[in-house]
Amino acid sequence: MKAKIKITLKRGVLDPQGKAIEGALASLSFTGVDNVRQGKYIELEIDETDKTKAKAKVDAMCQKLLANTVIENYEVDLV
Amino acid sequence: MKSAIVLFPGINRERDMFKALTAVGGTEPKFVWHTESEIPECDLIVVPGGFSYGDYLRCGAIAARCPVMAALRRHADHGVRVLGVCNGFQILIEAGLLPGALMRNANLRFVCKHVRLSIENSSTFFTLGMSVGDVVSCPVAHGDGNFFADPDTLERLEKDNRVVFRYAEGSNPNGSINDIAGIVNEAGNVVGMMPHPENMIEPLHGATDCRPLFESLLNAA
Repeated sequence: MKAKIKITLKRGVLDPQGKAIEGALASLSFTGVDNVRQGKYIELEIDETDKTKAKAKVDAMCQKLLANTVIENYEVDLV
Repeated sequence: MKSAIVLFPGINRERDMFKALTAVGGTEPKFVWHTESEIPECDLIVVPGGFSYGDYLRCGAIAARCPVMAALRRHADHGVRVLGVCNGFQILIEAGLLPGALMRNANLRFVCKHVRLSIENSSTFFTLGMSVGDVVSCPVAHGDGNFFADPDTLERLEKDNRVVFRYAEGSNPNGSINDIAGIVNEAGNVVGMMPHPENMIEPLHGATDCRPLFESLLNAA
């Protein structure tokens, strides 16, 4: 089973990289762009056929390593 | 004073820390490699600066999960003093030994310069030789030193006098919340800071402002 993990900064946490991207888009004349937020995307293969068990495992991975839950949220998609 | 310096691949400030501890403390620290499961008995464990694991995933994230960190945690739980500097501070935070998070500098630039650092708490093992309100010059060199904590954690840190170092007014190089440059854990035996005091203790460094910090270690031992 493949896990697709999206990690984003929590709302309210300043994202200077997102701000810089926003500025660069504006300098390329893309108007009407707001609230750019940059995140991470991680893909992994997991040796598990049961979706519930796989979800629990990937959740634990996110909690323990992949995301910093002080500042980041994560979403897991199993396919 | 017996001390140990833990090493991870990509750490590059261990020699500076070794020299500072030897120059002021008179005894040479032991180096402990990240794969070790034991740290020799000592009074102080230092996690030095650098770029452990190339800052992959998040600064300090991989190092914080190395075998040697389990040993460091055991020692810390038993009251051994732990000091984390720069990447070492990031590692201690990632390991959960200190609260908050260290994010990308607000101006997105790597800062390498001297800042003015205000001593906010002079009762920790690393600041005993200083007085609250003392301002010292200290180098910083980091890209991810922007301290962040949720409002509850921040309030607790401030209320319990656990902010040890603050960037003096106008000196905040990275956007840290409340100008926080260094903090101490609840038990008082784990200190982390972004600036590099080990590079401000010899006349050849330009000044010896931070030597009293290392002298504090001797008085605390």
